[in-house]
Amino acid sequence: MSNYYQPEVETASYEEIRALQDERLVKQVKHVWENVPYYRKKMEAKGVTPEDIKGVDDLHKLPFITKDDLREAYPYGLLGADLSKCVRIQSTSGTTGKRVVAFYTKEDVDLWEDCCARALVAVGATNEDVCQVAYGYGLFTGGAGLHGGSHKVGSLTLPMSSGNTDRQLQFMTDLGSTILCCTPSYAAYLSESIHERGLRDQIKLKAGIFGAEAWSENMRRDIENGLGIKAYDIYGLTEISGPGVAFECEEQTGMHINEDHFIPEIINPDTEEVLPIGSKGELVFTCITKEAFPLLRYRTRDICVLSREKCSCGRTLIKMSKPMGRSDDMLIVKGVNVFPSQIETVLLEQGYPPNYQIIVDRVNNSDTLEVLVEMTPELFSDNLGDITTMEKELVSALKTMLGIYAKVKLVAPKTIARSEGKAVRIIDKRKI
Amino acid sequence: MAVNQISVFLENRNGQLAEITGLLAENKINLRAISIAETADYGVLRIIADDSEKAKNALLQNGNIIKVNPVTVVAVPDKPAGLSELLNMLAKSDVSIEYMYSLFTHQNDKAYMVFRVTDYDNFIKLLSKHGLTPIHSAELGLK
Repeated sequence: MSNYYQPEVETASYEEIRALQDERLVKQVKHVWENVPYYRKKMEAKGVTPEDIKGVDDLHKLPFITKDDLREAYPYGLLGADLSKCVRIQSTSGTTGKRVVAFYTKEDVDLWEDCCARALVAVGATNEDVCQVAYGYGLFTGGAGLHGGSHKVGSLTLPMSSGNTDRQLQFMTDLGSTILCCTPSYAAYLSESIHERGLRDQIKLKAGIFGAEAWSENMRRDIENGLGIKAYDIYGLTEISGPGVAFECEEQTGMHINEDHFIPEIINPDTEEVLPIGSKGELVFTCITKEAFPLLRYRTRDICVLSREKCSCGRTLIKMSKPMGRSDDMLIVKGVNVFPSQIETVLLEQGYPPNYQIIVDRVNNSDTLEVLVEMTPELFSDNLGDITTMEKELVSALKTMLGIYAKVKLVAPKTIARSEGKAVRIIDKRKI
Repeated sequence: MAVNQISVFLENRNGQLAEITGLLAENKINLRAISIAETADYGVLRIIADDSEKAKNALLQNGNIIKVNPVTVVAVPDKPAGLSELLNMLAKSDVSIEYMYSLFTHQNDKAYMVFRVTDYDNFIKLLSKHGLTPIHSAELGLK
């Protein structure tokens, strides 16, 4: 297959990529120093100036940016370009309710869409293809990213957004979609629906790009067999741009990082020490081309391994493994970031005790989120209607905070299991 | 005038109700009325005990979540349409019933109904207009 969208970068020698990174990093640090006072203060506190950064070897001298910084600097504190130059925002949930808002200039959108186009071409997309984008459209980066990438490739783009399975299947069969982009759980669901309705003979899919949530090799096989396609992973996060930060090629042994835009590092999450390539640790990204939201050394909290081993697809871009876990307590449910602290914030606001338990499960390949809350004498009423009203208000407040539905279950006091006096907050029953 | 009702939060799990009736039995508390309102996941058990203070303390000590509310007991004729006449009267008034259930007791050709209403004072006025009066705890042998 071996098709490339931008071969000059995707198959460049390590020396060429490195030279590009050195040059772009130096320029970017200067840009941030001059335009982002929030980060400049962090650099000053560490005694670093742009003159100290002469290339990638000096990257470790720069301070990290964490989710806490994003919250503190919300909404404009990390903005690196004049608002008049910004044309778009995308957003994702933050740790305590404040959402992460990322800004994009025209050029930022352009490079993000290039990254997605590389991912699409890597799975075989051409201008002859029909690309069904069934990621959510809106603040979520999934829909916008793959949509833009598909445009660049010249595929016929079906902007389906997520859900409405009847309509998805109708377009898939009537227009002969060949590439499907959505979350892996939705792909599995579509596959089941296709079988239930006996539509297997009418679909023309050949490949799919499935990201935004964790999935196993088993699930990959199920989707591949169910839809008769090759299923590829994609990685990204709103803070860095969106999907397409890294993408899988035909070899399916990890995702190539678009390192001409994003320099990866692996650190020990506890000591923050940079680890050599091949070590397992927390992934950190430095954006070297983005203007509006130019995060340097952003700690993703995803745990993974990098590899520079030669890839049979011909790409030389460094590869990252599937994330193996998190260095914080963030959960990804239905592709949405969920922090226990967000749930705690809502409970306290609504007058509930901060004693809760989050149960995440995967039923029929779809994630479920349940929040167990202990009843209190103050909240209890002899009138059942009062309790159900209160419960509905809580469900609605959680939906507003998290962006997804969480089932609330009111339980008797002291029923939430405690270990050594500390409640067990999260039970993740998903077997991924 | 009012009779004390105890409401208990019930989790929807096997044996929850037996646990509470067992606790009341241990404390030699007799139930005069019982009603349950429930959703798929939880419920509210409402009881009228012969000794509400004792029942309240036993439940609190057991760690149950409870609420004590005054409710009104009304004796209605124990014959067809006995309850219907009373409810028709309420339907024409501004008083709404939040919930109601019946007492186990039955005497002098009267059936006893427990009411929780939105407007207690108006409810009493309406009752007396129709020659009905709420039943005292003592009349029912309740402490």
